[in-house]
Amino acid sequence: MKSLNTQHFFEYKILINVLLTLLALTGITVIASYIDLGKMNVWIALFIASIKGSFILFFFMHMKYEGRVLVLSFLGTVFFLGIMISFTFWDVGFR
Amino acid sequence: MEVVNSFFVTPSSSRLKGIWSWLLTTDHKRIGLMYLYSILFWFLLAVLLGGFIRLELMFPGETFISPEVYNSLFTLHGVIMIFLFIIPALPAVFGNFFLPIQIGTDDVFFPKLNLLSWYLYMAGGIIAVISLFSDGFPDTGWTFYVPFSISTNTNVSTAVFAAFVLGMASMLTGLNFITTIHRMRKKNMGWMQIPLFTWSLYATSWVQLLATPVVSITLLLVMIERYIGVGLFDPAKGGDPILYQHLFWMYSHPAVYIMILPGMGVISEIIPVFSRKSIFGYKAIVASSMAIAVAGSLVWAHHMYTSGMSDTAVFVFSLLTFVVAIPSAIKVFSWVATLYKGSIQMAPPLFLSLCFIYLFSVGGLTGLVLGAAGTDIYVHDTHFVVAHFHFTMFGGTGFAFFAALYYWWPKMFGRMYDFKKAYIGAILLTGGFMFHYVPMFILGLQGMPRRYFDYLPQYAKGNFFAGFGAAFMIIGIFLLVINLLLTLRKPMDASSDPWGGTTLEWQTPSPPPLHNFVKEPVVLDYPYDFTGVVKKYAKNTKGE
Repeated sequence: MKSLNTQHFFEYKILINVLLTLLALTGITVIASYIDLGKMNVWIALFIASIKGSFILFFFMHMKYEGRVLVLSFLGTVFFLGIMISFTFWDVGFR
Repeated sequence: MEVVNSFFVTPSSSRLKGIWSWLLTTDHKRIGLMYLYSILFWFLLAVLLGGFIRLELMFPGETFISPEVYNSLFTLHGVIMIFLFIIPALPAVFGNFFLPIQIGTDDVFFPKLNLLSWYLYMAGGIIAVISLFSDGFPDTGWTFYVPFSISTNTNVSTAVFAAFVLGMASMLTGLNFITTIHRMRKKNMGWMQIPLFTWSLYATSWVQLLATPVVSITLLLVMIERYIGVGLFDPAKGGDPILYQHLFWMYSHPAVYIMILPGMGVISEIIPVFSRKSIFGYKAIVASSMAIAVAGSLVWAHHMYTSGMSDTAVFVFSLLTFVVAIPSAIKVFSWVATLYKGSIQMAPPLFLSLCFIYLFSVGGLTGLVLGAAGTDIYVHDTHFVVAHFHFTMFGGTGFAFFAALYYWWPKMFGRMYDFKKAYIGAILLTGGFMFHYVPMFILGLQGMPRRYFDYLPQYAKGNFFAGFGAAFMIIGIFLLVINLLLTLRKPMDASSDPWGGTTLEWQTPSPPPLHNFVKEPVVLDYPYDFTGVVKKYAKNTKGE
C-alpha cells in the first residue's frame, strides 16, 4: 500500500500545456455549436466535455498517479452516473 | 481481565470536561452514542405521529384532527422516519460504534469529519423542526413530488433544505467508513475475514456516497424552481415533471438499501452467535451485499409505473427489479440454513432476528407483487404499498435496529437487561405489527388509496382493527426502549463476552476503553469459527 503522504509535483510546463489544451477544446466546443449537425451536436459537445473532464481528472486531480483502488472507485462512480443518465434519456426516447 | 477505564470516563481529549467532552469528542463510540440518543428521540416522536394518523383513521370522517393537519402528520412521519431515523439508525449508531472495533482499530479514519457529520445531522433535524413552525406545515409527503411541491404555499423549501443537510451528513459518514475499512483494518485481516456487519456497512457506504448527491441536487432544483421558476419540471417551459421522479428515485430507491443492508448485517452477526454455528455461505452473503448495492441502484423507476413513463422502460425496470430479489433471498436462505441443526440459545436479540426474517420475507415477497408492472398498476398508491414498505422497512430495518440494540447494549453500556420485559415487548411489537399492517394489505387489495384523510364505508372495519394493532405496537416499542433505559440505573454487570461471540468487539471489555482494546485482538482465520466458544461453554456446563 502506498504511503499516505506520497505527493506528486507537476512541472509548470505540464500544467500550462493542460490549461492550453482545455482552452483549445473550449474553443472547439464553441465552434462546433455553430455547425448544425442535428442530434449529433449534443453528442459532440458531450464528447469534448468528457475529454476536458478527463484532463482535469488526470492532471489537476492527480488521478494519473493514484493507486488501483481510487481509480476503480472513480470508474465505478462514472459507471453509475452513466447508468442514471442513459436510463433516463432512454425512457424519454421510447415515450 | 484487568480493570480498565471505559470510554465513558476517559474523554478523547483529556482537557475536555462534562458536556464538552461529548459535544467536542472525536471518539467514534461517543459519537455513536450521541447519534443513538438523538435518533431515539426522533424515532419515538415519529412513532407517536404515526399513532395519531392511525387513530384518526380508526373511524370514518373527522375524528380529532383536520385534513390539513392529517396531511402534515403523514409528511412529518415520513420525513422523520426516513431521513432522521431509518437511514442513519444502523450505520450512524452501530456503524460508528462497532465498525472500528470489528476491524481492530482505534477510531475511524476521519474522526473530526465524523463529529461534523453528527452536527450536520442535528442541524438537519433542527431545520426540519423550524419548517414546522413557519409558514405552515409541509404537506407534500416525504417524496416532495412536483408540481405540487413547487406550487404549494406551505413551507416546503425549509423541509427540503433539511433533507439536503441530512444528505450531507449521510455522505460524510459513508466516505469515512469506506476509507476506514480500506486503510485501517488490522494488518492481518484480509477482505474475507471482515465481519459481515462491517461488510454490509461497506456496501451501504458506497450507495450513500454515490446516490445521495443525486437527491441533494434534486432537492436544490426544487428550491430553485420555487424561487426562480426556471421550468425544469414544467412542460409549458420545455421541462418534464417525470424527470423529477427519475431524479428523486435514483437516490430514494437505493436509499431503501441504505436502510436495509446494515440491518441484514446485524442479523448475519446475531444468527450464528445464538446458533453456536458458523454462518452458512459467508462469501455468498458478502457477494449478495455488494450485488444488492449494485442491482438496487438500477431499479429506481419501479416506483413510476403509473407516472407516464414509456412502456419499454416499465418492462425493463420491472425485469431488473426481480433481479434484486435474488441476493436478498440468498441472505434469507443462508440465515435459515445457519439455524438448521444449530445449538440454538434463545435470547432477545435472536428472538427479534427471527421476527425480522419472517416480517422481512413477507415484505420482500409482497415487493414482487409491486415490482411486476401488471399487478403494480392495480395496487399502486394503495394501502398495499404502505403495508409492503412498513413490512420491509419497519419489519426489516426497525426490527434489526432493536435486535442490534439488544445484542450490543451490554457491550456499549456494560449492563445486562431484563429478558422477560424484552420478550414481552418483542411479542407485543410483533403481534401489534401483524394486526396493524395485515389489514392494510387487504384494504389495499380492496382499493383503498394511501394518504387519504377519509374513506368509503367498506374500508371501516379494516381501519378499525389496524388501530388496535398500532396501539399494541406502540406499547411494545416503548417497553423495549424503557427496558434498556432502566439498566442505566444499575451498576455495570456485563462480561466482555456475554453471548459467546467471535468477532473482535467481544475481545474487549464492556464498555470498551478509549482506544478500544486493552491488548492486541486476535483475528481469526475465519471470523465465525465457533470451535473455541463451543469448547468454553461445554466446559462451563460440566462445571470445570
